[in-house]
Amino acid sequence: MTRRIWIARSPMPGRGLSAGITLSMLSAVVLLPIGALIWQGAQFGPSGLWDVINRPRVWAALWLSFRLAFLAAAFNLVFGTLLAWVLVRYRFAGRRLVDAAVDLPFALPTAVAGIALTTLYAPNGRLGGLAAQIGWKIAYTQWGIFLALVFVGLPFVTRTVQPVIEEIDTEVEEASATLGASRIHTIRRVILPMLTPAALTGFALSMARGVGEYGSVIFIAGNIPLKTEIAPLLIVIQLEEYNYDAAGAIGLAMLAISFVTLLAINLVQIWSRRRIGHV
Amino acid sequence: MTIRPTFLTLALLAVAPQVHAQDLLNVSYDPTRELYREVNEAFAQSWSDQGHDAARLETSHGGSGAQARAVIEGLDAQVVTLALASDIDKIAEAGKLPADWQARLPHNSSPYTSTIVFLVRAGNPKGITDWGDLTKDGVEVITPNPKTSGGARWNYLAAWAWAEANDRDPKAFVHDLFANVPVLDTGARGATTTFAQRGIGDVLLAWENEAWLAQQELGSDQFQIVTPSVSVLAEPPVAMVDANIKDDAQRELATAYLEYLYTPQAQAMAFAHYYRAWDDSQADPEDVARFPKMNLVTIEDLGGWAKLQPEHFGDGGIFDQIYAGP
Amino acid sequence: MSDAVFIPRFRRASDDSPLMRLVLIAVALGGLALLVVMPLVVVIGQALAQGWGAAIASLASHDAWSAIRLTLLITAIAVPLNAAFGIAAAWFITKFDFRGKAFLITLIDLPFSVSPVVAGLCIVLLFGANSTLGGILIAHGHPVVFAVPGIVLATVFVTFPFVARELIPVMIEQGRAEEEAALTLGASGWRVFASVTLPNIRWALLYGTLLCTARAMGEFGTVAVVSGKIRGQTATMPITIEMLYNEYLSVAAFSMAGLLTCLALITLTLKTGLELRHADALAATRRH
Repeated sequence: MTRRIWIARSPMPGRGLSAGITLSMLSAVVLLPIGALIWQGAQFGPSGLWDVINRPRVWAALWLSFRLAFLAAAFNLVFGTLLAWVLVRYRFAGRRLVDAAVDLPFALPTAVAGIALTTLYAPNGRLGGLAAQIGWKIAYTQWGIFLALVFVGLPFVTRTVQPVIEEIDTEVEEASATLGASRIHTIRRVILPMLTPAALTGFALSMARGVGEYGSVIFIAGNIPLKTEIAPLLIVIQLEEYNYDAAGAIGLAMLAISFVTLLAINLVQIWSRRRIGHV
Repeated sequence: MTIRPTFLTLALLAVAPQVHAQDLLNVSYDPTRELYREVNEAFAQSWSDQGHDAARLETSHGGSGAQARAVIEGLDAQVVTLALASDIDKIAEAGKLPADWQARLPHNSSPYTSTIVFLVRAGNPKGITDWGDLTKDGVEVITPNPKTSGGARWNYLAAWAWAEANDRDPKAFVHDLFANVPVLDTGARGATTTFAQRGIGDVLLAWENEAWLAQQELGSDQFQIVTPSVSVLAEPPVAMVDANIKDDAQRELATAYLEYLYTPQAQAMAFAHYYRAWDDSQADPEDVARFPKMNLVTIEDLGGWAKLQPEHFGDGGIFDQIYAGP
Repeated sequence: MSDAVFIPRFRRASDDSPLMRLVLIAVALGGLALLVVMPLVVVIGQALAQGWGAAIASLASHDAWSAIRLTLLITAIAVPLNAAFGIAAAWFITKFDFRGKAFLITLIDLPFSVSPVVAGLCIVLLFGANSTLGGILIAHGHPVVFAVPGIVLATVFVTFPFVARELIPVMIEQGRAEEEAALTLGASGWRVFASVTLPNIRWALLYGTLLCTARAMGEFGTVAVVSGKIRGQTATMPITIEMLYNEYLSVAAFSMAGLLTCLALITLTLKTGLELRHADALAATRRH
């Protein structure tokens, strides 16, 4: 954490103030608590950490959590962007209600969301019953976990893309059309590149949230070891045994993988921005 | 601009816990909320009637293990009333109460007990009468995960006790039993919901008090209770947390509170909330008659928590081996 | 916009074809209905299973009121803190060039990737009775864990990235030219922020604050670890919902969940109001 940050000269005001607030709050709220976890892990020792993580059940849970979080975030990337586009660009009856509904996944406590989703998608639920008729089991399978993660992550993509679409100057599109580009071409070459940074941010956040999600998933997952057992559940199990070291070890493993994934996405984002000329 | 900070300060003061001697925090586990609501009211009344200052009784409810951890990490509980003696043992290990706490009150410090029974669908379509039926092909069993739920440990141990009593290999029996479990919820309430409201499974393993409560709340025409030939005597113990007692007045209050749980009045309330209590002298005869006589194995018969907990539910223990593959 | 009014027959080049419009709206509405609206219908259905009277009566208890008060208090502290942080961080990150920018952004994102259970564990490790810091604070009568400060800290932690992450993409999109121009004309730093930057980022700021508010009210996992769950004292609305549900009081539990949803969405009504009031200004920015 002692990496030196070198700031280029800039005519912009407020460098000291904004840097001060950012770094001090980051330290107090995020780095200090996470530092406590890393400290705990350091005392436990690398070989101890590895012994906890290197078990088939832990690998299976980590793989499950990261894979489904990725898939759910990918789904949200497409659907969330589409939703944002529809909400900003089109006018239709009930648009404001739909706009309000996007935030619901955050407003519902995760446990309530889990219970409500399970009620709907269980084999005797309204939608789960329909799916069961074509032999598709949703609740208590990996589909259930996917669904819960899509639910908790959806607002991230929509709400990060939405303000960017609001700000897009329609004249840019008109200019593109005037120059003879087809609508599809304009969307692909002009609009999508503009949305990419925000959409990637939403993707990253949605995935990060999905990896750690616990409350809503445990109701719909089935929680069978090696099949539908998510990594956060393993942490809870270790805590139930008062095994703080092992719980911290799995927590650290998840943290490390998430950090690397997020960093990669953020680097890609900065790189893609440079490439298309917005610095 | 000055209005907001003042408002916040006031609001903070209103919410911040106020400490005075006649406060008592009872940290309990999930299904006892209604029981202690009633007990607290009655006790507060009798405490004032005896000429004391009015006591403020607070309760906190959650999973038994999580609640024990909170007390170890500093939750200021004067009294704990948890699901398993092993959870209070952990608090004792942290130095908050003496190791022999369980000998300080009658009946192993358990003012009420319960046991594990089966809840099946109306008419018992799969003909389930005893533990042996649960490992048959095509029978789906719902139980929470013993690793995350105190109640589920009693389920598991009851199955183990039956296998031992019937000359079956207990390890193979619990293995077969859990092979029939399609959903492992993390808590007792989640498992009840999965069984009763989602329609999953043929039989739910549950605390007797939860089974009665579920039947009452979710419809007695849909479910019926089956009592197996052997089960365990589940003893949810209570204890005073000595390290969190501030002065003699609070000690007196905590002691009186725990002793009150053994009075005929409190025992009658426990019966009314579907617990098997000890003293039925003031209980409604109907509440008592509900419980059939059962062959109940105690935790000491099985070897005691100190041995059972690590052997069965510890990291890599017998329960973990069920899912480690053949 | 006015073009469309005067010459309705011609589609503007920035409009999509009617077919595409129809398909996209259908997909968006269908998906949202399956994913989000129907679960809410379930919650409301459960809350009203015994009629309005039972639902309202269940919210009138002393414990319910104290949970509502506590949740509002926590939100009132956490959201402004996060908004201030978000503006500062977004300004710092987008107006200056420095090495390690991706690293810093990733650190800000970190709270999302920490499982709620682990986040609670972190706070307990730092401030619990068995830690050095926690021991000192408790000895001086300022407990953090199992008291209001711990719940605030947990809430700020889980909502930490919201405002910053909303602002950063928008501020990147807009670049620095307008601010630089204002500075050249001699405007002070605060003046530039208030009259140039703020109008440009207000929608993103609003969205970020809305998300932050909704999530601050609904957070359960982390708060559950640090709250102590004392009825009437440290039980927030989500924690009270869980306790009620575990007691088979599903009408009370879902009524409170419904109320929580309404509270969290009040901010959205606010947004709609602002949108309507400033519709002209909004259209102007878009056309400009």
